[in-house]
Amino acid sequence: MNQIFEILEQNARATPEQISTMVGMPASEVEKVIKQAEKDGTILKYKSVINWSKLGKEEIWALIEVKVTPQRDVGFDDIAERIYQFPQVYSAYLVSGTYDLAIIVKGKNMHEISSFVTEKLAPLEKVQSTVTHFLLKRYKENGEIFQLPKEIGRLPITP
Amino acid sequence: MSHSIQVKALNNFISQKVNSVSPSGIRKFFDLLSSMEGVISLGVGEPDFVTPWHIREAAIYSVEKGYTMYTSNYGLLELRQELARHLELRYGLSYHPEQEILITVGTSEGLDIALRAILNPGDEVIVPDPCYVAYPPDIILAGGVPISIPTYKENNFVIKASDIEPRITKQTKAILIGYPANPTGAVMSREELLEIARLAQKYNLLVLSDEIYARLVYGVNHTCFASLPGMKEQTILLNGFSKAYAMTGWRIGYVAANRQFIEAMTKIHQYTMLCAPIMAQMAATEALKNGDSEVERMRREYDGRRRLMVKRLNDIGLSCFEPKGAFYAFPSIEVTGMNSEEFAEKLLLEEKVAVVPGSAFGQYGEGFIRCCYATSLTNIEEALARMGRFVNKYKK
Repeated sequence: MNQIFEILEQNARATPEQISTMVGMPASEVEKVIKQAEKDGTILKYKSVINWSKLGKEEIWALIEVKVTPQRDVGFDDIAERIYQFPQVYSAYLVSGTYDLAIIVKGKNMHEISSFVTEKLAPLEKVQSTVTHFLLKRYKENGEIFQLPKEIGRLPITP
Repeated sequence: MSHSIQVKALNNFISQKVNSVSPSGIRKFFDLLSSMEGVISLGVGEPDFVTPWHIREAAIYSVEKGYTMYTSNYGLLELRQELARHLELRYGLSYHPEQEILITVGTSEGLDIALRAILNPGDEVIVPDPCYVAYPPDIILAGGVPISIPTYKENNFVIKASDIEPRITKQTKAILIGYPANPTGAVMSREELLEIARLAQKYNLLVLSDEIYARLVYGVNHTCFASLPGMKEQTILLNGFSKAYAMTGWRIGYVAANRQFIEAMTKIHQYTMLCAPIMAQMAATEALKNGDSEVERMRREYDGRRRLMVKRLNDIGLSCFEPKGAFYAFPSIEVTGMNSEEFAEKLLLEEKVAVVPGSAFGQYGEGFIRCCYATSLTNIEEALARMGRFVNKYKK
């Protein structure tokens, strides 16, 4: 069954018919599995990987290290939720090491990100400190390399 | 005028043995293809993955460190030790890394020197038909005589002991098999291989087993011929890294066999090849140590494509048995009434899809084409849509 999700993770547009052939399961069965997965949150969403820089869209991204004070009973979850609810936050992780939360934010320009940090994030009561790293170049994200593979030609006919 | 005389005279210098071997049947398509654009090729015989990065990286590192010299004729000991471990782990076989394993320049070299090591002029070698394009010519070039045994779609292209037995003569020296098979994708079960083993024992024949596709099987287990009871002594096991690890261009393979055979082959190897390239040997060592998950990732990917291709072929009316190994489907083109070369040529010119005519693999490959599914799903869908149109047009 995991095979169905592996195929979809690679190609969200694979049809149930294609998938059923590839995993050797009736198409109706595949559809059922997918429906169920959509319902129970195994499949959260279908998205496209867009290389926006191709379209000339300017975006600024930053990785922010956040040190926080955990709270009784809820640990880091409460403060994490306060932070990740902001629409500027693209990803949020609790990490081990010298800081606690790693968040990735995106904005139209540097000003937007800096005002998010200074006005929203840093003043939060439980936030002790932040370190902001602006991203300079994107090479790979979620397993996708941001460059079409170079075509290295195999000979068209080989024994 | 004088030019043609000269060409004719020069041809006299070519040995009769070489002249007696005809060039590969796929050459013609290659020339035709190279002048065309927008062709989807199902004609390749290699993975569409590049060698996994950790393997490439290990080779780069070895060059950086200055490993650019000859190795032992047998190959790097570390690689042979890894291979011995690998064969023990996978098949419960125990080969002595210092005496029973030889690293070769691809499985192709292994096959060539194995044949040259064992054949006297006129010795006969049994091969399945259809089979890999190089088997009969390699036998001839080694001074032997290939004896082709027909295999049939009805038997899933498996070679039958009962078909071999009547063809055994005093000259028969060996049986050369390659399963999982190129071009058919056929796999032989342990029971079917046992029949061959019994025959080999009864008539005291060697078995050359080319198991280059051993890691690419789907829903079945691969049986290593040497692991059959009593067969290790009588088997020359040929394998390599090209298909499993997507390392075709590295030209790296190995032979595992009894010490006497390895000694004999090493004689030829040391005087003709010296040793396999050290970079490729370093890469192969890394492949054996850390490559399993990548092999499995690629195998699973092939499996999905395999099912899709076989289904589509049957859907468009090219009946295809289920290949359980390698990365080829071998459908029948009977419905079109064409021979396989005609089919392949017309398909290429009219629909720009390249396949290999079955006749390139032997007389009994006629009526079939080889379609390789080591290509993207998009390519498979598009190629099969074009082929569907083509078959519809010519269906009898």
